Amino acid sequence: MSAAVDYLLHLADNALVLGQRNAEWCGHGPILEEDIAQSNVSLDLIGQARLLYQLAATLKGGAVTEDQLAYFRDTHEFRNYTLLELPHHGPLSGYASSSLDYGTTIVRNFLYSALMALLWEALEKSANADLAAIAAKSLKEVRYHLRHSRDWLVRLGDGTDESHARSQASLDHLFPYTQEFWAHSPAEAAAVEAGIGVDLNTLKADWDAIVDAALAEATLQRPTAGGYVSEGKKGIHSEHLGFLLAEMQSLARAHPNGVW
Amino acid sequence: MYTQSFNVQDTPGAKAVASVQSKEDPALQAAFDARIDADGRIEPQDWMPEAYRKTLVRQISQHAHSEIVGMLPEGNWISRAPSLKRKAILIAKVQDEGGHGLYLYSAAETLGTSRDQMLEGLHSGRAKYSSIFNYPTLTWADVGVVGWLVDGAAIMNQVPLCRCSYGPYARAMVRVCKEESFHQRQGYEALLVMMTGTAEQKAMVQDAVNRFWWKCLAMFGPPDADSPNSLQGMRWGIKRISNDDLRQKFIDATVPQAKVLGVTLPDPDLKWNEERQHFDYGQIDWDEFWATVNGNGPCNKERLATRVKAYSEGAWVRDAAMAHARKQQERSMKEAA
Ligand SMILES: [Fe+2]
Ligand SMILES: [Fe+2]
Ligand SMILES: [Fe+2]
Repeated sequence: MSAAVDYLLHLADNALVLGQRNAEWCGHGPILEEDIAQSNVSLDLIGQARLLYQLAATLKGGAVTEDQLAYFRDTHEFRNYTLLELPHHGPLSGYASSSLDYGTTIVRNFLYSALMALLWEALEKSANADLAAIAAKSLKEVRYHLRHSRDWLVRLGDGTDESHARSQASLDHLFPYTQEFWAHSPAEAAAVEAGIGVDLNTLKADWDAIVDAALAEATLQRPTAGGYVSEGKKGIHSEHLGFLLAEMQSLARAHPNGVW
Repeated sequence: MYTQSFNVQDTPGAKAVASVQSKEDPALQAAFDARIDADGRIEPQDWMPEAYRKTLVRQISQHAHSEIVGMLPEGNWISRAPSLKRKAILIAKVQDEGGHGLYLYSAAETLGTSRDQMLEGLHSGRAKYSSIFNYPTLTWADVGVVGWLVDGAAIMNQVPLCRCSYGPYARAMVRVCKEESFHQRQGYEALLVMMTGTAEQKAMVQDAVNRFWWKCLAMFGPPDADSPNSLQGMRWGIKRISNDDLRQKFIDATVPQAKVLGVTLPDPDLKWNEERQHFDYGQIDWDEFWATVNGNGPCNKERLATRVKAYSEGAWVRDAAMAHARKQQERSMKEAA
């Protein structure tokens, strides 16, 4: 049961943290249609997070709620991929700031959606029927996210010299973080063991094919992976997650007895 | 949201439309007048007087700009929404406002003005948007109060526009009004829940009402006696109900809602007038209102600069999309050749 909870929290934290990040575009998009599209993606992700937290809360039992899991766990308890907590710009220290960069957003949405399109499909067969149902719903959503981000990846890669250079730089920055997808974690291994989760390494060849085809169309170079392998899914994060959570959780924690 | 229902001139230079006598074809003018008098619809391909076209472009684009700028005060609280459910509701709401901007820019484009031209007007500071968005959202309760009162005031303004003489605007408003009333109910519901909570939450709601109440009354525009342009708008079937009448309707509808909610509206003169069968209310501070309309409110500079920043920093993305589309077209032409 704890294997299921840990696995659900990993999936839920992924969705919430990226949903929180993508919502930063709301009101600031490069064009009104994209402002609306990122809000859509964000809404889907937050919707997924809610279902997953609710399921985890049910399994945990007692008085646990989705909001306690989202608002009252600390940075080291979050189990999302580090990729998803990074700000929408190139590499900078945690307390440095920079403008939102749409290339970063698109590249990340693409790399993650390509994974989740495969994972949600596989999870439709999860031994946990509730998770299988969430997977079926999420699969429809992520297929749209993948199409949207892939279309824009191609536009940016193939577009102007500037957009090509910028999207290549985003790819170079973010790609190494995808190594975490394939790295071992005890929580995932336990979920696979229990028949609830999926061994991501069985999906890697398909992920590579999706990524390589899109990058070729976008005329972008796949960076050679290597170097630091991030460990967000084990609770060891970048400097950025603390800031994201501090902001997200501030109001709920200021009024722990509040009703909303 | 949110048209300013009243006729605010963009600055500078736009000429008053009140006294426009058409120098245009008298037969066409007569047919146009007859259609308006018969409460008929004007469609994009129909002849219309230049002044009518200009007034509509100004009003619809101001309305579109208001939707877009209006995303910012509420967007301010998305990252800090206190529950996942409220976060999702707020994102969806702000997204709806973006959608309203989209329909309205499209409606205005049918009059021969491009979205880029309209945005240029906004970014240069020439075009106006609803002044209510030049006030800050300081607490989470502001999100609920904006939904309840600001969307509420916008609905009062906009429902009559569903019968506007210009077809595309009227049709856009039908869809917009449905969503605005949903926002209004959601905002009110969020406040009802907060009022069942802690003392701090209740105080937060009252404080937000105190800050927004008078600003919302001003959203309906100056008293009828001071709104010369309204008459021409009425003649054209663009404006159907006067500023003061709309304001009264809004107050009469809102007072009982405030009572149910358990908040006090910050106006000692607010009381039922048995003779008028309406609520009487106190003096609106029009000097403060005009100062804000004219650029000197608490957030005018921030709002405009934020829109300009998003637009200019997004230029490379829009350029990339154009360049890619051009390349695609060239490639398919080559293939066809
Ligand atoms: Fe709206
Ligand atoms: Fe509106
Ligand atoms: Fe609204």
